[in-house]
Amino acid sequence: MTNTLKATQIGLVQFPGSNCDADCIDAFKRLFQIDLKLVWHEETALPAQLGGLILPGGFSYGDYLRSGALASISPIMQAVKTFAAKGGSVLGICNGFQVLTESHLLPGALLKNASRTFICEYAHLAVASGDSLYHRKLSRKTYKVPIAHGEGRYYIDSEGLKKLEAQGQVLFQYADPEGAHSAATNPNGAVANIAGIVSANGRILGMMPHPERASSELLGSADGRGILEAFIETVG
Amino acid sequence: MNYEVIVELKPEVLDTQGRAIKDALQRLGHHDLKSVKVTKRFVLEIDGKEVDAEKLVQKLAEEHLANSVAETFLTKRL
Repeated sequence: MTNTLKATQIGLVQFPGSNCDADCIDAFKRLFQIDLKLVWHEETALPAQLGGLILPGGFSYGDYLRSGALASISPIMQAVKTFAAKGGSVLGICNGFQVLTESHLLPGALLKNASRTFICEYAHLAVASGDSLYHRKLSRKTYKVPIAHGEGRYYIDSEGLKKLEAQGQVLFQYADPEGAHSAATNPNGAVANIAGIVSANGRILGMMPHPERASSELLGSADGRGILEAFIETVG
Repeated sequence: MNYEVIVELKPEVLDTQGRAIKDALQRLGHHDLKSVKVTKRFVLEIDGKEVDAEKLVQKLAEEHLANSVAETFLTKRL
């Protein structure tokens, strides 16, 4: 696997206000010896031979208008949409997930937490049923990954939720360590405890929790590694 | 020409800010206060013909100023 990983070209888009870009760079270098290709948001083209792309966490454009709204119309986003339309793999983490919904690359919206507070804590993610590569690859009962957001309450209307569930697009749900989910294990009031979803083609993943921050046992959890590996496997 | 765009959350979407403000004001003893809704107001200054300006305001509101997943909007010429 290591050789394939080394040959893989993965990019990371930096917006003004991105602040988890360094965490991603570190995690991919340390865990997989992959040097992420950095792309500034003002560029209009992605590096050639790119297989995968990361939209990192942070507060792009200071969350002005709505989280992710101004980033979604950054110059680079036209190229990101073209890349995604051609089946390219995209991983949006936290603010990156917000950018993906604002860009209509994933359905739904991320709203202010129901608790009205910024939440920074570990969450246990259960893998929902579905047939995407992520669903197949992520075989553990739960993944312990931190969340750090004020606007992470996933919202979609009931019709949209039915469609997501029917198409197997729900990937992660906030749960207890055993994988059971209920209102008690929902930190932010997200519809159906949703923490992460994939696109209909399974290649675009948006998630509020930070797998790149769960990449070392020393820092509390290395469960994010499996999630990042699954992303790398979707890169082709 | 100036146009106003008011954006608000759909009624079925929890307005956390409105709820927090209502709760705090009720704690002051204003028990007749039943709810508070927080909206966003944008004022856009547009150059051009009236009909084009209205179209532009509508387009900007629909595509950018409001997120149709969770919000609705109203536009008005000032």
